[in-house]
Amino acid sequence: MEAKTLFDKIWDAHVVKKVEAGPSVLYIDRHFIHEVTSPVAFLGLKNRGLKVFRPDQTTATPDHNVPTIDQELSIKDELSRHQVEMLKKNCDEHGITYHGLGSEGHGVVHIIGPEMGLTQPGMTIVCGDSHTSTHGAFGAIAFGIGTSEVEMVLASQCIMQPKPKKMRITVDGELGKGVTSKDIALYIISKISTSGGTGHFIEYAGSAITSLSMEARMTLCNLSIESGARGGMIAPDDTTINYIKGRQFAPKGADWDKAVEYWKSLKSDEGAQFDTEYHFDAADIEPMITYGTNPGMGIGVTATIPLGEELQGTDRTTFLKSLKYMDYNPGEPMKGKKVDYVFLGSCTNGRIEDFRAFAQFVKGKKKADDIHVWLVPGSKAVEKQIIAEGLDQIFEEAGMALRQPGCSACLAMNDDKIPEGKYAVSTSNRNFEGRQGPGARTLLASPLTAAAVAVTGVITDPRELM
Amino acid sequence: MAYDKFVTLTSRAVPLPVENVDTDQIIPARFLKAVERKGFGDNLFRDWRYDKANQPIADFPLNDSKYSGKILVGGKNFGSGSSREHAAWAIYDYGFRVVVSSFFADIFKGNSLNNGLLPVIVSPAFLEKIFAAIEADPTTELEVDLENQKITLLTTGESEEFEINAYKKHCLQNGLDDIDYLVNMKEEIEAFER
Repeated sequence: MEAKTLFDKIWDAHVVKKVEAGPSVLYIDRHFIHEVTSPVAFLGLKNRGLKVFRPDQTTATPDHNVPTIDQELSIKDELSRHQVEMLKKNCDEHGITYHGLGSEGHGVVHIIGPEMGLTQPGMTIVCGDSHTSTHGAFGAIAFGIGTSEVEMVLASQCIMQPKPKKMRITVDGELGKGVTSKDIALYIISKISTSGGTGHFIEYAGSAITSLSMEARMTLCNLSIESGARGGMIAPDDTTINYIKGRQFAPKGADWDKAVEYWKSLKSDEGAQFDTEYHFDAADIEPMITYGTNPGMGIGVTATIPLGEELQGTDRTTFLKSLKYMDYNPGEPMKGKKVDYVFLGSCTNGRIEDFRAFAQFVKGKKKADDIHVWLVPGSKAVEKQIIAEGLDQIFEEAGMALRQPGCSACLAMNDDKIPEGKYAVSTSNRNFEGRQGPGARTLLASPLTAAAVAVTGVITDPRELM
Repeated sequence: MAYDKFVTLTSRAVPLPVENVDTDQIIPARFLKAVERKGFGDNLFRDWRYDKANQPIADFPLNDSKYSGKILVGGKNFGSGSSREHAAWAIYDYGFRVVVSSFFADIFKGNSLNNGLLPVIVSPAFLEKIFAAIEADPTTELEVDLENQKITLLTTGESEEFEINAYKKHCLQNGLDDIDYLVNMKEEIEAFER
């Protein structure tokens, strides 16, 4: 039998039909929707006189537009409020489960899916959001789609997709002190660039990957899209199975045993072929920080900004445009640079382990005087857990306050915007121009590095304070 | 979504010689709050096009009166980042029908094809030629022939063939979308579920 990759096994099991000289019709097991990319899709259904084909395989939550303080009150921004209300109305009309603001199940869509056990190995999962790649951590094919595709999935539970190429990224060895899966991801993207993964689906492998916790794996897979890949996945193992066991929508009883048996078969066969392969050594990875305006512009926190002298033509002008936006110069060290804001949260780093790591770091320390620290849990469940473990007390003693769940400062669509010209060390996923607010300057980093910055006010190597 | 059929387009082009143009630049998140698909063109490249006082920034190509046309030419890795289809809607709504680059991000490419906006992938060398030709003479016209999958610089007659999936080409030529196709497959999909 032909050796298959993990990706092939799941993809092939979901092809309803292959269109001649065209894409495959791929069956989708799980569809997550949020308020921003779904309304036009629902409108399309209405115009065609269609109903949602499989509402029970669809889950909704509003996350992008929501405020992260005073959620009990009505959303102030009229357009945001309307978009959130529209999602609820569409869900009610089509019988879709809706986890509204303030409810137990509310949160960032890529955080609540895994929490509830909706995300499982072997599934195909889509959402009108590029960070759907997060769910690949479970050994699922999960990828972001556009609104036309959201409409397709609502209408037929299928999507038309050409089969991507396959890439394997192997990271072997042991991670150094203070190095997290966020650093692995930023390191990989700095090596292969923001377009290195385009046209591919990634499988992450190697001892440094299998030793990661489930939440750390989600952070890594979440950032797959920042390398241009549609998604990234990790073969399910005991870590995966133990995480899912007992969750609300996890299989139960005999179904559980059957599911586990299947999940254990989900791995790339010996000798399976990948179109592209990369190997990295975990020992080479430092805590990372970005200095430019795309996630590929990352360096070790102790390094200096590249000179970019080898770049030519539009490569060079793009590099200089980026540094001009950041108001940085080639060759400068990152350490010691002034920071105005710290943001802990988002679908990348808004899970309980991120808050534990941050809390452990700032425990007994004080927030730097002139820095704003926004701590935004990824979901209501994360918020409750933070409080149950007393982490909120640690934050309070350090002079930092916990906010309420949402996408928050990741994308400047709600009230949480970084002011123009200010620098934010952010645990989110994109440092594009204006991503966190018009004129805002974003430096992507791990929760540990963010914690170090929160207590010093400047870019700091977290290892020096551990 | 219904869109105009695409056959052949002859037009001037607007150059944007910047790499990694992400969809947050094409349309910033704060303009994604509409619940209908209309008017996104007004905010296309909002923060590159207008200053803080909402005044047009003179040297941005969309504001430069010497450039016009239905073809946008961008640097490599065009459309990276967020999956927001609003980016394709904004470019189409502004009046573009073709985006030319040497490399497109996957989701943006798919979104464009689903909305009658043709992404044309050319070699890096040909892209440089297009930028140079427009810089030398902004009235330079390009011809995009979908049937023959060919893009031509009309000033010099130089051309290059481009790739497009046969199914997607058929959809564009006929103004069709995937949803009709999928809805007609209902029985096959139900059989697959069993």
